[in-house]
Amino acid sequence: MTTYTTTRTGWTFPLTLPRVVMLLLAAAAFGTLAWRFYAGLGASTNLRDNFPWGLWIGLDILTGVALAAGGFTMAFYIEVIGRERFHQFLRPAVLTSLVGYILVTMGVLGDVGLPWRIYHPIYLWNPRSFMLEVAWCVILYTTVLFVEFLPTPLERLGLDRLLHMVRKVMPVFIVLGIVLSTLHQSSLGSLFLVMGHRLHPLWWSPILPVNFLLTAICVGFAMVVFESVLSGWLLKHPLDGKLLGDLTRPLPWVLLVALAVRLGDLVVRGSLSAATEGSLQSYSFLVEVSIGLALPALLLFSRSWRETPGRLFTIATMVVIGVVLNRVNVSMIGMFTETSSYIPAWSEWVVSVGLVALGVLAIVFISENMPVRNEYHHADYK
Amino acid sequence: MTDSSVSMGMLIDTTKCMGCRGCQVACKQWNGLKAERTTFFGGPGYQNPPALSANTFTLITFTEIEAKDGLRWIFTKRGCMHCKDPVCAAVCPVGALQKKPNGAVAYDPDKCMGCRYCMLACPWSVPSYEWQSPSPFVRKCTLCDDRQKNGKAPACVSACPTGALQFGRREELLAQARARIAQNPDRYVEHIYGEKEAGGTGVMYLAAVPFSELGFPTVAPHSMAVYADQVMKVIPWWVMGLGAFLTGVYALFSRRKKIAAGLAAEGPQAKQQGGER
Repeated sequence: MTTYTTTRTGWTFPLTLPRVVMLLLAAAAFGTLAWRFYAGLGASTNLRDNFPWGLWIGLDILTGVALAAGGFTMAFYIEVIGRERFHQFLRPAVLTSLVGYILVTMGVLGDVGLPWRIYHPIYLWNPRSFMLEVAWCVILYTTVLFVEFLPTPLERLGLDRLLHMVRKVMPVFIVLGIVLSTLHQSSLGSLFLVMGHRLHPLWWSPILPVNFLLTAICVGFAMVVFESVLSGWLLKHPLDGKLLGDLTRPLPWVLLVALAVRLGDLVVRGSLSAATEGSLQSYSFLVEVSIGLALPALLLFSRSWRETPGRLFTIATMVVIGVVLNRVNVSMIGMFTETSSYIPAWSEWVVSVGLVALGVLAIVFISENMPVRNEYHHADYK
Repeated sequence: MTDSSVSMGMLIDTTKCMGCRGCQVACKQWNGLKAERTTFFGGPGYQNPPALSANTFTLITFTEIEAKDGLRWIFTKRGCMHCKDPVCAAVCPVGALQKKPNGAVAYDPDKCMGCRYCMLACPWSVPSYEWQSPSPFVRKCTLCDDRQKNGKAPACVSACPTGALQFGRREELLAQARARIAQNPDRYVEHIYGEKEAGGTGVMYLAAVPFSELGFPTVAPHSMAVYADQVMKVIPWWVMGLGAFLTGVYALFSRRKKIAAGLAAEGPQAKQQGGER
């Protein structure tokens, strides 16, 4: 059995000013959540009978899950089809996804009316409900992500025997994780299939689950790039522009497929003309499709854009913004009607922002204290 | 009248409604619902309260219509439609909402966890939430399930002085509605709202003007759950197909990697490889 030398002993978390700010934001989120449980959703949010889902569903849950797509995208790309050169991107992606899913779970607990009954879907089943599927996917995939991430803390703790066992069963979890992710990403779109009476025709479609899955794959790649470049800049370690550029080779094609499917579906259903109706929804759609899908796809075909980390970062940011906007459009802007609209209350923002801050802190702490970016055996591995 | 295995329904003839709101009050009394603090003209015209809520299961709407013979005031009674295939029940993850054999779409507060999917799924936005409560439940019309069990019509129907509300077997009410339109073609538009909407509803309406003018949404003649059902059917195949595909591809690439590793190991004395990952 291989042994992996543990080189570090202590756990560190230097409290820099940005980290203190993020800690305060996270504390504010929990304070606000405490108030929300005491006062009820009516007093603490702008949710009403005519707008029952808001920022927490749209941003914390729908967007949170989408941005956690790096885990399954990289698991497929690097583990299943063996793109070993990109191995260094796998662990950070799995970590982000795991943290993302834990935040999603916290968002769910804040949003549902009776969070102490969150276990109900485990034994009360309506198999016709996509919400049941969503609930099960969250439970199972969070567990899978935990196992996928397990080698990192095990290496850190020097638990070689356990590490060896986890590695043995890993392929099962990799495959399971990808299947669950595709189900979960798509079923979040499927939730809205029953809302044709309400959701704007620029977003409602019988193929909503396909659109959700395709954009999730796009943002999976984009998030990995986004984080790699950002951490490279912040931690001042050199970036391999060629490697990052090569990693994104499939991305423009997935973006183009997502764009073609999206526009093709709108044409077939005769809804594309709504894009020029001059409404808030039409502008939001145009920004989403151009900034989020078309432009980054075109730029990625340029080698100089692809292989310059700064430029690639810009492209990745566009894709991320596009997907965030898509989920916001489906869950909020596209749901505005003549008689009901919604602007999140300050308290909703505080919770959403605070949870993101908590996630960033968790990722930073784990990255600094565990072999996330550099596996201990990496030299061995090659 | 109250064979619990027969799907019951309600026929609302808006041409007979005079807007007394007796049904609204009876509903509040029977269900023990709190009064709401409202403002005069807080909703559309004299409509009060402005909308359905956790404390208002049924509501008389007031619509002013400019007809040939002058201004006309039309009242409708809104509330749960008690769909044949209710989309709220189809989407509820824990089965808290269910269609009962007696026609009622019933809510089980012990199962609900408060995801509020039913509220968004309902084409008429009927389910309401107890937003002010720290332990909130979904509230809506029960078709007076409890009264039916005791051989009584729903409270709203019992209170109606003009016969605008009728309770009975859905099929009989539908036949009656058709007969009324046939006998008085001048009095009614030729549309029984609820006959086909969302695949058919237990509560049905007759009116003198098109329903769109009364604020009724145009609803497809099938339950919106069909789109979800179609996708749901694909899922077992997707899981098996993708699972098999991934396993196959994974095995193929792992084998390649092993062969490559084996070739490398034949070279200089190689240390043991660092596992599969």
